Amino acid sequence: MHTLYNRALGGKSGTVGLALLCIVLFLVFPLSLDNFRLNMMSKYLSYAFVAVGLVLCWGNGGILSLGQGLFWGFGGYCMAAFLKLEAAHNIAAESGSDQIRALTTVGLPDFMDWNQITSLPYIWYPFKSFPLTIILVFLVPTLLAYIIGTAMFKRRVGGVYFALITQALCWIMEISFVTRQGWTGGINGITDLRTCLGWDIRTKSAQITLYFLTSIFLIACILVGRFILSIKLGRILVAMRDGEDRVRFSGYSVSKLKTFIFCVAAAMSAMGGALFVLNVGFMSPKLVTIEPSIYMVIFCAVGGRNSLIGAVYGAILVSYGKTYFSEMFPNLWYFLMGGVFILVTRFFPDGLAGAVDRFGPMLGKKIFSMIGRAQQNFPAVVPVTIEANEGH
Amino acid sequence: MPLILATSFAELKDIFLMQGFAGFSLFAVFLLMALGLAIIFGQMKVINMAHGEFLTVGAYVTVFLSHMVTDHAPKMLPYYFPVAIVCAFVVAFILGYIVEIGLVKYLYNRPLDTLLATWGLSMILQQACRSIFGAREDTATLPDWMMGSWSPSEGLDIPINGMFLLALAIVMVVLVYFLMYRSRWGLKVRATMQNRAMAGAVGINTKSVDRITFALGCGLAGIAGAAFTTIGSVSPSAGSLYIVDTFIVVVFGGAASLLGTVLSAFTIAQSQSILEFFLTGVLAKIFVLVGVIIILMIRPQGLIASKVRK
Repeated sequence: MHTLYNRALGGKSGTVGLALLCIVLFLVFPLSLDNFRLNMMSKYLSYAFVAVGLVLCWGNGGILSLGQGLFWGFGGYCMAAFLKLEAAHNIAAESGSDQIRALTTVGLPDFMDWNQITSLPYIWYPFKSFPLTIILVFLVPTLLAYIIGTAMFKRRVGGVYFALITQALCWIMEISFVTRQGWTGGINGITDLRTCLGWDIRTKSAQITLYFLTSIFLIACILVGRFILSIKLGRILVAMRDGEDRVRFSGYSVSKLKTFIFCVAAAMSAMGGALFVLNVGFMSPKLVTIEPSIYMVIFCAVGGRNSLIGAVYGAILVSYGKTYFSEMFPNLWYFLMGGVFILVTRFFPDGLAGAVDRFGPMLGKKIFSMIGRAQQNFPAVVPVTIEANEGH
Repeated sequence: MPLILATSFAELKDIFLMQGFAGFSLFAVFLLMALGLAIIFGQMKVINMAHGEFLTVGAYVTVFLSHMVTDHAPKMLPYYFPVAIVCAFVVAFILGYIVEIGLVKYLYNRPLDTLLATWGLSMILQQACRSIFGAREDTATLPDWMMGSWSPSEGLDIPINGMFLLALAIVMVVLVYFLMYRSRWGLKVRATMQNRAMAGAVGINTKSVDRITFALGCGLAGIAGAAFTTIGSVSPSAGSLYIVDTFIVVVFGGAASLLGTVLSAFTIAQSQSILEFFLTGVLAKIFVLVGVIIILMIRPQGLIASKVRK
């Protein structure tokens, strides 16, 4: 019990941070936000999965990937494929008239019809089954990360080069998804997703349930991340970030370690992508290109690249800021966001979490000393009242 | 396809030549873009994601000058372009100088952080361009001598602006070569980038070298922007479309090598242009990128690696 407390929860300060996050996610947001905003929050939280993964592989492992959108996107597309097939079957079942049956291919997603595809591509077959889809949501991105990781890290491609190559991979994915219209829905992506196993995901109650589901999975990811960082593997990971050659010369396989943590980050991102699709009801290549991938790194940088919990706040704050500023000041928000990135990297390299660590204790002391002073100023009050009470 | 089959061998040769020349235009654009980045990223190890925006700035300077000339001094139209190139360089140079002082200088020890900070910078510069010049695309009025095409034989048309671009790229490469490898200042730059502490110890003002090197790289991007106006229209996001390509060119070439940058720009541009003839443009792009990534896996140091003891 004690080791679990220390490892997964991260001791006293870690438990407090996690408890605060739980309060915010499970009490503050559901009680204070209306349904629309809560749904938006689930969207932000699904980005936070990527940020949590990046804390592991970038903040603690030193591997900056600018292509996390790739894994997030594959997770999302797998989920979307399943939902789309279900939607297509529902439409086929609802439309009893023979006319529609004659015009469209039964059970085929609408965009395939528009692209003159008459039978389901083989790639889509696994997405007929829900358990298989769930497996693929994790398997496809993780396998991809494993292949990329093994190929790159074995050859000791690292640092900046790795970042740029993952960025190029992300770009490749975008353009190939846009061109293979018949298989992926092209630039519009996979839209119009309604039900998941017969459960209408667009109703209010479903959205609230999905919000809680997303939060629970996010907390689970943070706990897994904490656990990885607390065991020996996590120590070696940090050592590798700070002195790769020393770890290699100590006999550890740096490439395997890097591949492992990269795969973990990819799996977490994929989970976020799949939950995004359930929450929002569509998936498009615009969401997985270079720009969103850089935003995901920014979430992590703003929240604090070493802090799993900070990353969640970073994702929420930056996404919310993006939505808010682009609504309120469409011309200014680029300046504001750009300014935030510059200021954070320049002055707060450890992000929000670093700022809390630095100023938190000071603030705490100040509050305590104020309370202390307040008590010192009125020491006589308490005895007097007691005497008065005794007198009666 | 039947059209090609029906053509004679001579015409086929012409098509091949023209396609090859289209590759040369692309090569010139890549090379001009990559030259500045090869200095900033290759030598200084700063991941300047705002490099494309310096191109945009240079392009807007050229467009602005062309409008000024057509409005106020139409007679000067044939001669303004060289002036525009110099102006684009100067403006981008000054902007780069300011950026170095205000931002990049604090981040030299943290290369991955330069990426995030300059991404922010690129957002700001893009929006600034949008606020000043508007979101619409704009084109420069080209002097007459740059339009049209040169046909050395029947059926073979080589666009003049493409040739101009190629000539400009070659001149810039030669200039940068002499500046970096044959001048005293270049020696200082290379010394600073290889061993900052030692360079400082022998009396080189490394901070000043940093400032001017970064500004020079940005200035080169400005020239690329001026050249860009001869083949395309300018919009605030024009530069960002090329940034990934440019980084790939520099990385593929071997970060610190000028010859490597030239070779890689040539290889990528020509293979893309030739593949485009057989496949669609997008597929050609994918094939080239995948090819580059595979070669980078086999040779992570790029085509031409500088021998440096780490």
